[in-house]
Amino acid sequence: MKKLVSQCTVLLTLALLVLPTGSAQANQDDSLYRALGGEQGIQQLVEDLLFNVADDRRIRHHFVDIDIVRLHEKLSEQICELAGGPCEYTGDDMVKSHTGMGVTRADFNALVEALQLAMDDHQISISAQNRLLALLAPMHAEIVNR
Amino acid sequence: MKSIGLIAISVVASTLMMSAEAADGRLLGTGGATNIEGAAGGGLVPWAVISGYSEDDERGGTVALTRAQVDDYRLDVTAASFSYQNRLEISVAAQMFNLENLGAELRQHVFGVKYRVAGDLIYTSMPQISVGALYKRNTRYDIPELVGSQRDSDWEAYVAASKVWLAGPFDRTWLANVTLRATRANQFGLLGFGGDRGDSHQIAVEAATAVFLHRSLAVGVEYRQKPDNLSFAKEEDAMSAFVAWFPSKRVALVGAFLDLGSIAGATNQTGYYLSLQASF
Repeated sequence: MKKLVSQCTVLLTLALLVLPTGSAQANQDDSLYRALGGEQGIQQLVEDLLFNVADDRRIRHHFVDIDIVRLHEKLSEQICELAGGPCEYTGDDMVKSHTGMGVTRADFNALVEALQLAMDDHQISISAQNRLLALLAPMHAEIVNR
Repeated sequence: MKSIGLIAISVVASTLMMSAEAADGRLLGTGGATNIEGAAGGGLVPWAVISGYSEDDERGGTVALTRAQVDDYRLDVTAASFSYQNRLEISVAAQMFNLENLGAELRQHVFGVKYRVAGDLIYTSMPQISVGALYKRNTRYDIPELVGSQRDSDWEAYVAASKVWLAGPFDRTWLANVTLRATRANQFGLLGFGGDRGDSHQIAVEAATAVFLHRSLAVGVEYRQKPDNLSFAKEEDAMSAFVAWFPSKRVALVGAFLDLGSIAGATNQTGYYLSLQASF
């Protein structure tokens, strides 16, 4: 029994280690877009995300003096497009929009947490939450420490 | 035992003094738990994760209390770690091993260091890779010497690779870790190091896989190969099946079913493992 478990553990671990880290491309179908509540759901989600950010003293300093209405609009477009919805992201690329901000690794994680809280409040399923985070995570390298 | 307690307290105190608030720069659960040797990881295996939640220029630490109880033996561990900038981890652990049938006790101190050399657990496609070293010292050595152990203290070195997939199978967050450890320890070092059957460091393979059912709750399995250096008693590989609960970034609670195989002649040693970890 132990030998079977041990072999399974090692095989499973090795199998997971050769899996790609998660798609960097946007969703091909719109199932995630629908799970997030469509266009309206996403806009409400982003609104709550920004409220959570305003409450988070670790990162709210990054959001002072910006056009919050435009940020809300662009973030909603970006998430909608990534999730396979009928939107087109018309904002700047991640490098350009974050250059000079000095976003730290902890800042990035704090934003993830603000998004998780917003998704919890909107009762978004664990699957959909994980899928969205997996689509956003690859932006880490483009955003952090610029 | 007392000196380890003092070290643990001073680690915690200095961590608290250096950072006005507890480190919280990493996502929940990403510091892992504390293994029986004091290193961040699962219960049995040291992973590539750095303990606590320190990130960027933060410092942090952990303190953990662990009990592992199998049929004829009990292991109690008190451990503390200091984590620096999500790069460096320094740990100490005091192990007390109770041989219930003999009414005897073995003790070991473990000093550990771990350094993250490459990768990020979540955000890079390559795994997070850390190298670590452990120095283990028996403080009660009469029994190990009797059964053929060659020395009462020794070094171990390991390299570990850990990876998290935010949306893996079933759209759940998964973690996998593989550790390669150079060791000649008998029963984790509690029965000394090296023996009549083998006295050089060998590479032991250790692995762990976990799935997060919720971001605060993970279940998984661990497996740890062990050398078999003493002809006195066969030593077998160890495994655990665990549940880890992270109610906040300050506390982690781990419960596990343990199968340690044959220990010093007593076969089929299975039982439970419970660990409480506080992070700063």
